[in-house]
Amino acid sequence: MKLARDTWLIFQRQLHLLLRNPVWVFVGVFQPVMYLLLFAPLLKPALNAPTQAEAYKIFVPGLLVLLAIFGGLFQGFGLIAELRAGVIERSRVTPVSRLALLLGRSLRDVVSLLVQAVIITLLALLFDLRVFIGDLLLAYLMLALIALMTSAVSYGVALKVKSEDALAPLMNTVAQPVLLLSGILLPLAFAPGWLQGIAKWNPFSWAVDGTRALFSGDIGNDKVWQGLTIIAILAAAGVYWAARQFARSVR
Amino acid sequence: MIETRGLRKSYRSRAGRETKTVDAVRGVDLDVAAGEIFGFLGPNGAGKTTTLRMLATLIEPDGGQATIAGADLRTDPGEVRRRIGYVAQGGSTWDESTAREELVLQARLYGISKAEAQRRAVRALEAFQLTEFADRKCKTYSGGQRRRVEIALGIIHEPKIVFLDEPTTGLDPQSRAYMWDEIRRLRSDGMTVFITTHYLDEADALCDRIAIMDHGEVVAEGTPAGLKREISGDVVQLGLSINATAEAEKLLAVEEYVSRLEALEEGGLRLFVDDGATAIPRILRRVDGAGLDLKSIELHRPSLDDVFLTKTGRSLRES
Repeated sequence: MKLARDTWLIFQRQLHLLLRNPVWVFVGVFQPVMYLLLFAPLLKPALNAPTQAEAYKIFVPGLLVLLAIFGGLFQGFGLIAELRAGVIERSRVTPVSRLALLLGRSLRDVVSLLVQAVIITLLALLFDLRVFIGDLLLAYLMLALIALMTSAVSYGVALKVKSEDALAPLMNTVAQPVLLLSGILLPLAFAPGWLQGIAKWNPFSWAVDGTRALFSGDIGNDKVWQGLTIIAILAAAGVYWAARQFARSVR
Repeated sequence: MIETRGLRKSYRSRAGRETKTVDAVRGVDLDVAAGEIFGFLGPNGAGKTTTLRMLATLIEPDGGQATIAGADLRTDPGEVRRRIGYVAQGGSTWDESTAREELVLQARLYGISKAEAQRRAVRALEAFQLTEFADRKCKTYSGGQRRRVEIALGIIHEPKIVFLDEPTTGLDPQSRAYMWDEIRRLRSDGMTVFITTHYLDEADALCDRIAIMDHGEVVAEGTPAGLKREISGDVVQLGLSINATAEAEKLLAVEEYVSRLEALEEGGLRLFVDDGATAIPRILRRVDGAGLDLKSIELHRPSLDDVFLTKTGRSLRES
């Protein structure tokens, strides 16, 4: 009960500050729209897809997962600014739940990601993408879990390194192989065997496969529950670890 | 109100390949009474802030005990948090928020209901003369206004004790004087105030009692007046010609209220007395009675810097 109330307080505050500066909506949507308009048209011939819609079914889920990973991983920067301003310390002298300090922020990130995802999906509908609402909601759940995990990890790392200069290269170094090994831009079906072998160890590649299965209406595909389970476990672990960083001394 | 025994904290710091252990706080014993302004005086790096952060539950002590407002720091930090307020040195407000938003949020983080939080914010804004700027973003405030918001944030839940870390550092003299009045007002509202400072005049003028800290240890504790009295009493300096100096020295050395005296090479005497105010008329009478030509007379009260010098061998101004 206290956790829910405290989380809500932090979430409200963070959302309020985000809405005060609505530039983020533009920034957050601009890049994926560029991918949608300028990159996706290459895919139909490249993937040998029969129609443009088929190409979008492969590309849009990947793009959304990409958005969730990157959107989350770079949230730590905002926290470092808060650390520097003393806002985190001010929260930590109150009896507020430490888990709420994390969850309130991460849930704000999840909500802002979902808003972006809805905008991208609506735009893709204009390009003849068709997806069942039930499948879509399950895909959004996957995205929400990914964003929860990556933003929590990003906050945890931010509390550990406490400097933008350290956080930026660290996150880029993590994000790049994760991106390349997840088949986000092109499906790993095209990859040589050794590459597929490595990709199997990348949880995000499971998430991408699961999301793609949902977008093609294949809800019974094993990859759906496998992807959801893997990401849910990792999200729980990420949240647990990051909440501990909030509880420990921050200097 | 606060009782600590043997509070310790050390940090490991890495310099190149070597790891060194730095003892930031090496066993601090403190007793702070309810309703007093207690000051922690010491140079930067003396361990004041580390001690304060331990008492405010922000860092965990390596050893020792502390009871704060009746709650045990080691076993029940949650209860300590409910009973104390803490205002950090480096600020605690967010540029893009307004004072009112910050105050309401802070009250709510302490579990206060929304309606009550809003009422308290209004009251705090009035008390700290912030109503005019209440709905402007914090980034538009002056240093003094911002510090007032921070203090208001620290006491929005009406704690029994408030810890203020260097509350006037970086403020202009006018804001500083205002802040002293505010801090005294907190005391008259029944709060116990614990401040750190490296300003001698602040410790002297504001604090009921002080502890002087150096290298992680408390080297002296008492009222500012008591500490000063402890070292040397007052110094009365007489301006005399060289010839008159020798004669005055003979004359005054036998006076019972002079505990010690020094002749100055260029002429003149320094007399160490318990109480300068009552000694001066007697000195004047003696010197005048002997027909010596007294050019000047000065009274030096020992400062807290003299106390620091006596206890540590260094001047606080230099360190």
